[in-house]
Amino acid sequence: MSSEKLFRRDVVKKLMSVRGDALCISGLGSPTWDLAAADHRPENFYIWGGMGGATPTGLGLALAQPDHNVWVLTGDGEQLMGVGSFSTVALQQPKNLAIIVLDNEHYGETGMQAAPTGRGTDLAAMAAGAGIQNTMTVTDEAGLDDLIGRLDAGDSPLVAVIKVDTRTGETVMPPRDGKYMKMAFRTALLGADKAQHPI
Amino acid sequence: MSGDWSARAHELFKEHEIKQVAYVPDAGLSKLIKSSLADNDIRTVPLTTEEEGIAVSAGAWLGGQKCAVMMQSSGVGNTINMIASLTTTCAFPLFMIVTMRGDYGESNPWQMPMGKAVQPVLEAVGVRCIKAETDEEAAEAIKAGLLMSFHGGEAVAVLIGQKLIGAKPFAGAHARAKAGD
Repeated sequence: MSSEKLFRRDVVKKLMSVRGDALCISGLGSPTWDLAAADHRPENFYIWGGMGGATPTGLGLALAQPDHNVWVLTGDGEQLMGVGSFSTVALQQPKNLAIIVLDNEHYGETGMQAAPTGRGTDLAAMAAGAGIQNTMTVTDEAGLDDLIGRLDAGDSPLVAVIKVDTRTGETVMPPRDGKYMKMAFRTALLGADKAQHPI
Repeated sequence: MSGDWSARAHELFKEHEIKQVAYVPDAGLSKLIKSSLADNDIRTVPLTTEEEGIAVSAGAWLGGQKCAVMMQSSGVGNTINMIASLTTTCAFPLFMIVTMRGDYGESNPWQMPMGKAVQPVLEAVGVRCIKAETDEEAAEAIKAGLLMSFHGGEAVAVLIGQKLIGAKPFAGAHARAKAGD
């Protein structure tokens, strides 16, 4: 483990400091604990399962809410399982969707087995190959500042792969009742009346 | 007249303000995909694999929109974990139209196992299945399914049977490979 690499909690904290009113979807595992630790609010939808589903969930949300920025915060293993969703996003070209992959090159939730991203698989290149034009791999603070500039400029759809080390930080558990989180999210976004009723 | 259900389905999508249609193509869905593509009020989302559609539908609902998900029966197998983990756990409404293979009159043995598995595996993860064998049944099932999913809060799959859409002709339709070729 290189101590030169970024620490995921610091990365997420820095991103959340410029979040504004962006809606956030987190992929299962550490990204969910990171988001809960850095910026818990009802406009977060924490995914605790459904591996591969974070990006398409973010896409459905981004298409439904074109005036809101939507950030998907996920891990390299989760994104690899649904890597075809880069093509699905590229076809739609949503101007409000940023996919941020915290890439520790390991399957962290299952015992830190080596992942393909540490062995030659380049997720940013896969996203670019799928047709997403704004892609980047971040390895240091300067890269993180560049990413923040691009998020600020609304240069989307965007895929940013951030190389982080394998440290995880304290496990901060957000609510795990999916029905509750769904209603809390919809209530915060749509208001109580619309949240309770179909459109 | 087979295929009229597609036109009725599009009308029902409009009545229910379906704003997103996520799909993996199938011949039996081609009319409905075409009319969805031609409709400026509907965002069509072609998928690379069916489970993406389950997640897109959940995301749309989080954002206040309704999404219909369409696929061939073979693709149902790809959706099971996403439905169980995301849809069922969070009680997201889900409306699916599934056109059947491995069903009435099928002659391709590779389609048979998934064709037979569609209904039991969907039911195992909490999806209510409504099978439609005629044009009228399909239109009625779609009408009922839209109400049950988005108003009743259910996960519903309308299964359009091969008795209605027809089986792909394989038996005797192609020259057999000759021994030694």
